[in-house]
Amino acid sequence: MSDVLLTIRDLKIEGRSDEEWMPIINGIDLTLHKGEVLGLIGESGAGKSTVGLAAMGYTRDGVRISGGSVEFDGVDLVNAPLMKKRALLGKRIAYVAQSAAASFNPAHKIIDQHTEGPVRHGVMSEGESARDAMDLYERLRLPNPEEIGFRYPHQVSGGQLQRAMTAMAMSCRPDLIIFDEPTTALDVTTQIEVLAAIRDIVDQFGTAAIYITHDLAVVAQMADRIKVLLKGDEVEEAPTREMLDHPQEEYTRSLWAVRSFKRPAKPVPAGDATPVLSVQNVDASYGVTQVLFDVSFDIHQGRTVAVVGESGSGKSTTARCITGLLPPTSGVIQLDGEDLPLDYRKRSKDQLRQVQMIYQMADTALNPQKTIGEIIGRPVEFYMGLRGKARRDRVAELLNEIEMPPEQYIDRLPSELSGGQKQRVGIARALAAEPKFIICDEVTSALDQLVAEGILKLLARLQDDLKLSYMFITHDLATVRAIADEVVVMKDGEVVEQGPKADMFKPPHHPYTDLLLSSVPEMDPDWLTNLLEARGRENIGDAAVGRMDD
Amino acid sequence: MSSLLRIIAQRLLLGVLTLFIVSIIIFTAVNMLPGDFAQAILGQSATDEAVAAIRRDLGLDQPPITRYWVWLTDTLSGDLGTSFAQANFASFTGSETGGGTTVMAQIAPRFENTLFLAGVTALIAVPFAVGLGILAALFRNSAFDKGSNMFALTSISSPEFFVAYILILFLAVLNPILPSLSNIYEGMGFGERLQKTLLPALTLTLVVTAHMMRMTRAAIISLLASPYIEMARLKGMKPMRVIVHHALPNALAPIINVVALNLAYLITGVVVVEVVFVYPGIGQLFVDSVKIRDIPVVQACCLIFAAAYILLNLMADILSILSNPRLRHPK
Amino acid sequence: MSVLVWIAAILAALLAGGWAFRFAGQTATGNKPYFRDMPFAVAFGYVAAAAAILGGLWLWFQPGAVFFRWAVQGFVISAIAAFIFRLAGRHVGTEGTRKMFRQMPLTAAFGILVILIYAVLAIFAGVIAPYEQAQVFTGVNILPGGDPATGGDPAHPLGTDQIGRDLLTRLIYGAQNTVGIAFVTTCLAFLLGGTFGFLAAVIGGWLDNVLSRMVDVLMAIPSLIFALLLMTIASAWAGSQQWLLTIYMILIIAVIDSTRVFRLARAVGQNIVVMDYIEAAKLRGEGMSYLIFKEVLPNATAPLLAEFGLRFCFVFLTIAALSFLGVGIQPPLADWGTMVRDLAQFINFAQFSPLAAALPLMAAGAIALLTVAVNFVVDWMLHRSSGLKD
Repeated sequence: MSDVLLTIRDLKIEGRSDEEWMPIINGIDLTLHKGEVLGLIGESGAGKSTVGLAAMGYTRDGVRISGGSVEFDGVDLVNAPLMKKRALLGKRIAYVAQSAAASFNPAHKIIDQHTEGPVRHGVMSEGESARDAMDLYERLRLPNPEEIGFRYPHQVSGGQLQRAMTAMAMSCRPDLIIFDEPTTALDVTTQIEVLAAIRDIVDQFGTAAIYITHDLAVVAQMADRIKVLLKGDEVEEAPTREMLDHPQEEYTRSLWAVRSFKRPAKPVPAGDATPVLSVQNVDASYGVTQVLFDVSFDIHQGRTVAVVGESGSGKSTTARCITGLLPPTSGVIQLDGEDLPLDYRKRSKDQLRQVQMIYQMADTALNPQKTIGEIIGRPVEFYMGLRGKARRDRVAELLNEIEMPPEQYIDRLPSELSGGQKQRVGIARALAAEPKFIICDEVTSALDQLVAEGILKLLARLQDDLKLSYMFITHDLATVRAIADEVVVMKDGEVVEQGPKADMFKPPHHPYTDLLLSSVPEMDPDWLTNLLEARGRENIGDAAVGRMDD
Repeated sequence: MSSLLRIIAQRLLLGVLTLFIVSIIIFTAVNMLPGDFAQAILGQSATDEAVAAIRRDLGLDQPPITRYWVWLTDTLSGDLGTSFAQANFASFTGSETGGGTTVMAQIAPRFENTLFLAGVTALIAVPFAVGLGILAALFRNSAFDKGSNMFALTSISSPEFFVAYILILFLAVLNPILPSLSNIYEGMGFGERLQKTLLPALTLTLVVTAHMMRMTRAAIISLLASPYIEMARLKGMKPMRVIVHHALPNALAPIINVVALNLAYLITGVVVVEVVFVYPGIGQLFVDSVKIRDIPVVQACCLIFAAAYILLNLMADILSILSNPRLRHPK
Repeated sequence: MSVLVWIAAILAALLAGGWAFRFAGQTATGNKPYFRDMPFAVAFGYVAAAAAILGGLWLWFQPGAVFFRWAVQGFVISAIAAFIFRLAGRHVGTEGTRKMFRQMPLTAAFGILVILIYAVLAIFAGVIAPYEQAQVFTGVNILPGGDPATGGDPAHPLGTDQIGRDLLTRLIYGAQNTVGIAFVTTCLAFLLGGTFGFLAAVIGGWLDNVLSRMVDVLMAIPSLIFALLLMTIASAWAGSQQWLLTIYMILIIAVIDSTRVFRLARAVGQNIVVMDYIEAAKLRGEGMSYLIFKEVLPNATAPLLAEFGLRFCFVFLTIAALSFLGVGIQPPLADWGTMVRDLAQFINFAQFSPLAAALPLMAAGAIALLTVAVNFVVDWMLHRSSGLKD
């Protein structure tokens, strides 16, 4: 086994919390051969980034390697002298971080940061390295490879920066690159470009890589082998195809199953039914910049309308118009066929009650100083006038509704709950008002897939029980598939296409919808290859990039 | 680039405007004095004619807006008026020309002395504090860091006169290395002047260093958690290079701000320290004038202090704008 | 010049010592990682610390180093007292306070102890102090120590001042006057600045604009200078009524200081106002008072409490400085700033009588001790609430 590059044996890592060392990783083995790509997947808290960094012999502040060994090409990275370790980092092992925008130093030009490694490690002179950088930029299909390096990081878009960072990692031609969720922060259509670029360059130079992600579909495109982690333990490891086709462990199967949750669309309502909520020809602007252009759609009782689009497409602005936080400059918003005052301050208590909202970040949506009972109890008291025991009973009822035993949770603070539980409390607070219509603003995008699935199922059940109508804002098409009855696709403040779900996932489409839909990674390991072939290689470099990166 | 110039022009304009409003506040405050200065000087037994004469002499019989305008235009042309303490004597003796000292003549040499003191302090304190802050950030959580933090907290908390008397006790009385009185006069040699200024300067240094050091340390440490610092470490860069090349350029804005803030604080600190060391600066003049209610001098000193303060804050503002690559290189 | 040469020589010796120390460590331990990866600066630090301790020991046995011995003794006694206090706190009181004491650094324990002592002195000054604060005795300039052989008097353990007032009494009453006035002033500043700050943050719009510009202008004048200017005017208004001047001083400093409180309260408020739970409450149709008192304020208490400590120190030091300059708290009220000014000349007798020189330092030290204590506590609170591990 002479081609083994990295061996990790029984790696144990601890993190410091409240003056105590708590285990994060409880003994993980890992072997990586030269030129091989290993996918490391798991939900948040699985310790995948920690393992990735430990593979470089590096731990963050407040974290330490407490046992086991990390051996890179004959060097024991746990016990090596600092000098020796530093000589390896950046030169033979490189790192690509999650957020390129945050990981490039804002004070220096991109190319200066690129050449820093080769120059300091004595691999190339500054001039050589700069020329090499341009070559790498070209290979990674960055526009203007001659010139882009002389910009500052803030002058370059996210997708391009991520590729520039991959180029930087390649600057010393390392043997191993750690990719730590390199596409998580990007929009789906941009993600494709970065994935393709990364895969190609790793291929061209025969670099070994550890690819860390929480997205199964992504890792299926990139990795030769996949290792699944759960709370610091290894669940299983197998070659990619084998793992996708025949997962052995219960946990892995449940991860795989998330993507298959889909509920059938409800029948289309009669044409003359009054919609619960109707948005008609709404324009809106922030100051002088117009951000919404003639947006119209209807939401009928008991149905879910998913509003889909990438960041900046105006979906959240639409929600702000409906709630009245941002009064539209023109247009009408109707509830049950009656006009709603455009400014929320002018709406009656009952009108406010009928439209409720669930937020993306449950952390900022719940007052950290109030108990769960107070948070849910306030709308109960405010709208229903219930007090004392009646109020407490109603809160308990609502907690049961969201599957959180009241006696256990009613007196807790939000900080004592998990992310999924906080989101459930947010749902209960909306339910407490007994509304007709709820806006769900990216409610699952901050959650792990299994937890997100639980929330989606809960929302679906509540809809059936209470005949609720949802407007579901999301950028994730898997969520749309799972829960929507109708879909509204938005781009740059305009509705591009809308219709029942069944139609939306069947061609023909508006070209943008097409791009959006085809960009969602699928579990098939050949998906990316096939897609790129279908789109035509040249196309990718120009059309899509030009559109997304401006 | 043009947006940068526009921002700077805006700040400058705002600074001038602020100074203008401050001058109104100072003038109004002074005019809220009960009764009349002329009366206050001459006492209850003064004849009406004498009071009226002094009023005319000092221009006190004009309406407030006229007096403000005269004061403002005079000030802008460098004429800060005549010190009341002397004016009183002049008009009392019936001299038409008024043999009093002008405020300008009183303030100018003292202002120079104060600038010298503040300059010496800044030259010692700024490099010392920033260096110490960088070291504390580099060796954070070590005994050195904790020790310097405790020292910083202690010296921030101590009143200037406490620090001053401690230094006098150890460096002037018990071990006569430096003089405890800073009797500076014109025509003094630079070396001697420096020696006499050293003790007040050291006092002020101790007072301002702590704050600057803590802020430098905090600014750098808050950056050390950022992904680009981790990236630099993962590129195999040495700790010193990580701090100096990667963290420091991004910490410049907060550091510049805190340096300017402390230089501005020197203005306040200078008052007490000058009194302790009998240093003939503008601070001491200010306190003396406050005690005898010599209004033109108080007014002028206030304006000078405020102007210096505004100017320093303005400079900090502009420098930290210039240190921000996002503003220097817009998209 | 010779001083500079000495300093350079010592520095060179320490640098050499640092290198030798690391080398010795590496050879002695067979190149253990600790010594192998030790930066030179750390080695230098160890040697410098050792040198400082040796130097301190040498100084301790010098006959002239009276003040050094006092300082070391004071430091050790404070540390022991703080340690015992923390130990007691860990075993007495409710579960909550015991947990708090368990996580507390020694500096914070020391701070709390000092604040408690000051509070007791200030509240019960009339009971604790042996005499009246304005009472004049025949013995003038009696030295502290209470030993007649060194110029003391057992009846006046800390001596008397230049007109024969008992200094122990005046120090204790000083706690009441100086600390009490500073406390009232700070509360007033918070009431003013806090109210307007939160209103500006929650209501925003033109009110925020107007208030912020006003505060900007007021803050463009250095606070001590502005206070001195206004005190000049106030002293003319007050005339011979000294107590009125003290009231004016409280108002003036409270107004000047409320601008700083305004800035903080507004910033804290604005950070909270953008939270989604505030938006949820607004969309529910809640009124302004519910928003401020039920949603914003509970989340602002931690930073505001820390700021209260800092502002108190600032106000306290400003009042002390004003008194030191002779325009602050007026006689016959005993006050530490005035005491320092009155006793300052004794410092020049340090070589002949260390006890005499200690007189002004006692009052100044009393001021410093309290602000140091408050700062220690605030530092710990900020550290705890920021949750930083650094």
